[in-house]
Amino acid sequence: MRCGVVVFPGANCDHDVYHALKHVVGQEAYFLWHGDEDLKGADLVVLPGGFSYGDYLRAGALAAHSPMMRAVQRHAAEGGLVLGICNGFQILLESGLLPGAMRHNRRQRFECRDVHLKVERSDTPYTRGYSAGQVISLPVAHAEGNYEAPEEMLDEIEAAGQVVFRYVDAAGEASDEANVNGSARNIAGVVSSGGNVLGMMPHPERAVEQILGGTDGLPLFAGLVESRRAMVAAAG
Amino acid sequence: MLAKVTVYPRREILDPQGKAIQGALEGLGFDQVDQVRAGKSFEIHLDTTDAGQAGEMVGEMCEKLLANTVVEDYEVELVEGDEP
Repeated sequence: MRCGVVVFPGANCDHDVYHALKHVVGQEAYFLWHGDEDLKGADLVVLPGGFSYGDYLRAGALAAHSPMMRAVQRHAAEGGLVLGICNGFQILLESGLLPGAMRHNRRQRFECRDVHLKVERSDTPYTRGYSAGQVISLPVAHAEGNYEAPEEMLDEIEAAGQVVFRYVDAAGEASDEANVNGSARNIAGVVSSGGNVLGMMPHPERAVEQILGGTDGLPLFAGLVESRRAMVAAAG
Repeated sequence: MLAKVTVYPRREILDPQGKAIQGALEGLGFDQVDQVRAGKSFEIHLDTTDAGQAGEMVGEMCEKLLANTVVEDYEVELVEGDEP
């Protein structure tokens, strides 16, 4: 699988994702500059975490209009895989590739800690390495991860099964205490209606080796490799 | 022409910054504060004297970039004859 990691000015998790894809799951990975408009044949495009454009205006708002995002829009429209992590999720929301918006965390502070997440679905290209209902632990590190959308939009994405990850406690309960940033309905990750675009606030790339403190992010990347293999096989 | 744009979080959506500011104001003894919304304002100097064209253009700027209309509302005020 060819994996393009987009580098925006202010991105700081680009190398972490590159490492996870290239060295941990053994895929072809390379960087893409935000000012270019060529994905160089990427099967998977990753928008990494960080502070693109210093979070000016709103987190992800300026990056959403960079030339590379035009290429990402086309890739997504053709059913291509796009993964946005943290700031990458914010960019996907600002570019309209995913529904909803981010507000400041309800406690008005930068939350940096491990959280429990419930994997709601295992039938997306990103979650086939997990089982539905599984509780995993991943780190979060953000100030604007408070997912919001009008009630009707929330009902729609819930009904369409687009909520993939939810903040829960260790027992898997989506309680208010477990809601690290105040997100509507404890939402931590959302896929597009086609399932090919995923945005998530937690960082799977920071949990792919035991030395990092956990490996619960590894099935996401390993599952993606499997999904891509299955997509190629299905296309004949 | 000068366009003054203000962007606010929608009333029905929790505004953590506004809430924190409200708490601080109450701490200072301002006990009649009902609600604070923390927004942003922009002064955009335009190279046109056509108010209709300016209004349309600034509205498009708000929809495309200045506001995130999922969670924010915006207001535009046009001031004629302004020089940057």
